[in-house]
Amino acid sequence: MNKIASFHPGLWLALAVVAAIGIWPIPAQDAALREVSFTVLIAIVMATSLNVLMGYTGYVSFGHVVFYGLGGYVGMYLLNDYHAPLPLAILAGGAAAGLLAFLLGKAILKLRGAYFALVTIGVNEAMRTFISNFEPFGASTGIALQFSVYGAYGGAKQALWVVYYTIVGLALFGVLASYLIRHSKFGLGLMTIREDEDAAEVMGIVTPNTKTLAFVASAILPGMVGVLFFFKNGNVEPGDAFRLGVSIETLVMIMLGGQGTVMGPILGALGYQRLRGFLLTSPIFKNAQLVVAGILLLLIVLFIPAGAVGWLRQRFAWLRKVLA
Amino acid sequence: MNPGGILTSLMDGLLIGVVYGIAAMGLTLIWGVMRVINLAHGAIISLGMFGVYLIFTNFGIHPYLALLLVALAGLLFGMLIYYITIARVINAPYLSTLLATFAINMIFIGLGTAVFTTTPRDAGFSLGNVSLGPVTLQGTRLVAALVTLLVTGGLYFFLYRTRPGKFVRAVANNRAAAELMGIPSARILALSFGIGTMLAAIAGGLIATFFSFNILSGDIYQQKSFIIGVLGGLGNPVGALLGGLILGALEGLLPLVMPNTWVPVIEFVLFIVILLVRPSGLLGGKSE
Repeated sequence: MNKIASFHPGLWLALAVVAAIGIWPIPAQDAALREVSFTVLIAIVMATSLNVLMGYTGYVSFGHVVFYGLGGYVGMYLLNDYHAPLPLAILAGGAAAGLLAFLLGKAILKLRGAYFALVTIGVNEAMRTFISNFEPFGASTGIALQFSVYGAYGGAKQALWVVYYTIVGLALFGVLASYLIRHSKFGLGLMTIREDEDAAEVMGIVTPNTKTLAFVASAILPGMVGVLFFFKNGNVEPGDAFRLGVSIETLVMIMLGGQGTVMGPILGALGYQRLRGFLLTSPIFKNAQLVVAGILLLLIVLFIPAGAVGWLRQRFAWLRKVLA
Repeated sequence: MNPGGILTSLMDGLLIGVVYGIAAMGLTLIWGVMRVINLAHGAIISLGMFGVYLIFTNFGIHPYLALLLVALAGLLFGMLIYYITIARVINAPYLSTLLATFAINMIFIGLGTAVFTTTPRDAGFSLGNVSLGPVTLQGTRLVAALVTLLVTGGLYFFLYRTRPGKFVRAVANNRAAAELMGIPSARILALSFGIGTMLAAIAGGLIATFFSFNILSGDIYQQKSFIIGVLGGLGNPVGALLGGLILGALEGLLPLVMPNTWVPVIEFVLFIVILLVRPSGLLGGKSE
């Protein structure tokens, strides 16, 4: 298997970090640790998938949470109204998110720069307000699962672990996919678009199709994760499913770790979620969580725009061999 | 539905629409001059609301006098924000300015939530009602619309009849060329950001005279500013007033024919469609 031997060591490091976060609570079957890892892993999937669009292709989206929310809703609808098995609901959530990205992609990806960012804010708000009125999805009250649904997975307690193992798998898959995209011809096309879209077109890249494919690729995993999150949560509401803040937090994680790298979103997600956890539980910063996060973001944007991984790679050339 | 009721709804919508318009004017001015989408706009609107509310309830100063103080504070505050943050990222990719202004938003909202909590406030201020035939209008809303028109006129005069205003337009048109002509672009950019912030603060202050609000309310008006900005053409301050009137009319009339909760769906779909088919705005404006 020459192909596997040729993988950058940075991929193995990235997978090892995600695996370590994932396995950490398993031996002790510790529910509290599991919750910590669960939020970090969700953040890793969200940041890694958004990085395909933002870091590789250079399109900044404020609407990433739309895929998470829509996937979650579709999955919950199938679980609740049709008693679909969880794996089917997860796949349906991912498919719905991918389909939405496909339908939206061609239209909105022709907008560049800040106009694209603006329209994604509009898409998020349009979706949230629409779902708040959409009766099959419970309108403004959303969908609440009956407790009996968890019976099929050995009760609520066991179901939480099933959800957890699935998210570990999805996170590992997401990181691998992110690496493979980055090192494929498709990924090279995306990065060419990021550097100069007009030049990319001249070089023979069919930019509308390539961008749409990147959009779809970045949408599927959030759709699947949404199903898992809201299944675990027991209910889904428009305000939780389409929270603009989640999209922006995901952007912050990517900025923190370093956009366009495989390792960056992982470290960014880990760092941001741990910091957030610390601030929320600390007696001093409890009320100032948003302020501290804002100052941190401002400092990164002003002084280290390449993020942690980007900065390290620039500063220490030898690290380029181990950080992908 | 009797014609008087329809007319009242329409007038109410138009009067609030011009106030939306002035908030949007600040946003679109900043975009037009420096290509920055100011995601801290909503936070400034909230601070404007609290400014007028606190000065009025604590010191008993008349709200419209308080509005003057808030406007001045907004101007200076905006220039300060520009020098500390925006000036450093103005030539960076647009993601940097989006995230920098969003970071400012987080800091203000975080501080505001810690200090003021999210309990709704109400200034409890009233100017009575004015009746014109079948139409009855709130005095505070009428005055707010008048103030807005006055400010718009002032802005127009400033941009077209004064030297610094002409500088602002020159920098918006072509910053490099303006610098070559000896225009101090850094100061003009700071001034423009200050004016944009001032308009947001004025809008917030006016809204506080007739609606109850909390620290998070500004966010709603920021989103309306986006919609209006796109309606009127981003970068076209006078178009923002017309965009505000259109949005106000929609908000006044749509609830007569559909449930209230569908109105924002229509607004945001309209926003997306206009951006897609005519990103320079219905009324024209600057596009990339």
